[in-house]
Amino acid sequence: MTAAQTVFGSLKHFEKGHVDVIDDNPKHYVLSNVFEVASKSKPYEKVAVGQNLRYVIEAIRAEGTSPWYTASHDESALIMDGTVEIHLIKPEKALVPDSKEGTVKLDSEPKGKKMGWIKAWRGHMALLPKGAAYQFRSAAPAVLLLQTIKGDHTIERWADICQTE
Amino acid sequence: MSTATPATTPSAKKNLGYKTFAIGKFGFERDEYFAHIHYPGGVQTMPVDAFLRALMRDVGWGFFYGTVNFDHVIGTINHYGTVELFAGLLNEAYRSKNLHYVETFDSKDLKKVFEQMLDDWTNEGFDPYAAPDETGNAYGPKRGNNTKALKRERIVSARMVGLPGDLPYRTDAAGQFINRQFTDVPQDSPEVHAEPGFEGEVHAFNMFAYASRSDVTWNPSVVSNVKDSQICATTEEYILPIFHGNDRVEWFIQVCDEITWEVADGKTGNPRAKVTMKAGDVAAMPADIRHKGYSPKRSILIVWENNDSTLPKRYSGGELKPYPVEF
Ligand SMILES: [Fe+2]
Repeated sequence: MTAAQTVFGSLKHFEKGHVDVIDDNPKHYVLSNVFEVASKSKPYEKVAVGQNLRYVIEAIRAEGTSPWYTASHDESALIMDGTVEIHLIKPEKALVPDSKEGTVKLDSEPKGKKMGWIKAWRGHMALLPKGAAYQFRSAAPAVLLLQTIKGDHTIERWADICQTE
Repeated sequence: MSTATPATTPSAKKNLGYKTFAIGKFGFERDEYFAHIHYPGGVQTMPVDAFLRALMRDVGWGFFYGTVNFDHVIGTINHYGTVELFAGLLNEAYRSKNLHYVETFDSKDLKKVFEQMLDDWTNEGFDPYAAPDETGNAYGPKRGNNTKALKRERIVSARMVGLPGDLPYRTDAAGQFINRQFTDVPQDSPEVHAEPGFEGEVHAFNMFAYASRSDVTWNPSVVSNVKDSQICATTEEYILPIFHGNDRVEWFIQVCDEITWEVADGKTGNPRAKVTMKAGDVAAMPADIRHKGYSPKRSILIVWENNDSTLPKRYSGGELKPYPVEF
C-alpha cells in the first residue's frame, strides 16, 4: 500500500482551481482561494470569501496582535495555516445588543473576567462564544476562516479575488 | 401503497431472493446487476450499486435540501414534510415530450419504503456509503445483509462538535479509525486553557482530524453553527452518487486535495460548467443548478449551508437571484 499523501494549501504554497464554463457566467461560482486572498491582505482584514445572504465566511490573515472583537452571536474560527492564539474575556456587561449582527471591533481590551486562551494551528476549529471578547495573536503570518454574519468590518472585494472570465 | 405490479424484467422473474417494492404508481425491482424503476409510461434502469448509493444518501439525509437526482431521470424533491418522487421531471427531453411522471408522498411513507428496499437489496459486504475501493460488490443473487452500515445518518451538531452535550469526537475507542487515505493527517489537539467556570465555552478541536475519521463518503455532517449558517465537514472519494439540485445557494470550501464538479442546469439537465477545486478554494453552487463531484483521492470538503427554511420559496419565487453575490 502506498502511503497517503494528503495535499493541503498554505500561504507559501497553494494552487488555485478554475471554472470551465460551458454555458454560464464564471462569476456565478464566486471562485477564490483563501491562501491567495490572505497573501494579499493586510493583517486582520476580514475579507469575505463566501456569502449566503447575511451569513459570511471571512478569510483573515492573522499576523501580530489583532484588535479586540466581540459579537452578539457565536462565531467560529478555523485555522487553515500557521498558529494562532485566541484570548478570551467575559465582559462585565454586554458590549453589543442581540440585534447587532457581525463582528464588532472594540477600542481596547474590555473590562471583565479572563475566560482563558487557546493555541490552535492548522485544522483546529475554535468557538468564539456569543458575548465574549476575543483577540488573535500570531507571531508569523497565519490564515483563518471566520464563520460569522456580515458586519461593519466585512470587506467585499469579489472582483479582485474571484475568477471573472 | 398501490398494487401497481411492475411489468417484470426477464432476470427479475428468476427467484433471486429480492423483494419488489411499490409506492403509489411506482414499482421497484432488482436483479443481479440492475434496479428497475417502473412508473406510468416507462421503466428506468440503473446499475444496482449506483442506485443503492443514491438511495442511501436520500434515506440518510431525509431527502436533503432540494432535489436528489438518482440519475438523469429518477429523483426526489424535498418539500420538508412531503416529498415528490419523479421520473423525467427535470429532463428537458422527457418534459418536452410530456413523458414525465411525478407523485407526492408523505416523507415518512416514502422514507419507510426506501429504507426497506435499501435493507433488502443491500448484500452482505456492500456498504453504499463507502468508496468502491473499500467495499465489496452489490451484484448477484441475494446474499445476507448489511443492516448496520445502513443506519448511519447525516449527523448534526447543535453548536460545535465536542462541546458538552453536543456531538462527540471520533476516536479509535468508538471504532472510528483514521481513513486509509488520511494516515498523514495530524491528529494533534489544540491547547485549550480555560479558567475555572469557562470550561464549556473556551473550546477548540481538531476538525481536520475529526473529518479524517469519517467512515462515510459524500455525507456532510454539521460541525459548527452560527444561527442558520452551518459548516458541514465531509470526506469525498470517487463520485457523488447523486446529482444534487439544491433549492438554495450552497458553498464549498476544499480543505485538501481536489474535486471536480460537473454542473448542469437544475431544470433541464443541460451542462453549464465544470468547477475544479484545489486546497483552499472556495466556490458557490448557484440555486438553479445541479452538481456532481469527482474526487480521485479521498478529500476533505466543507459544505457550507444556510438552513433558513424560508429560502426554497424565496429562490423559486424569484425574490432571490440564484447566485449569491453580484460583482
Ligand atoms: Fe450539494
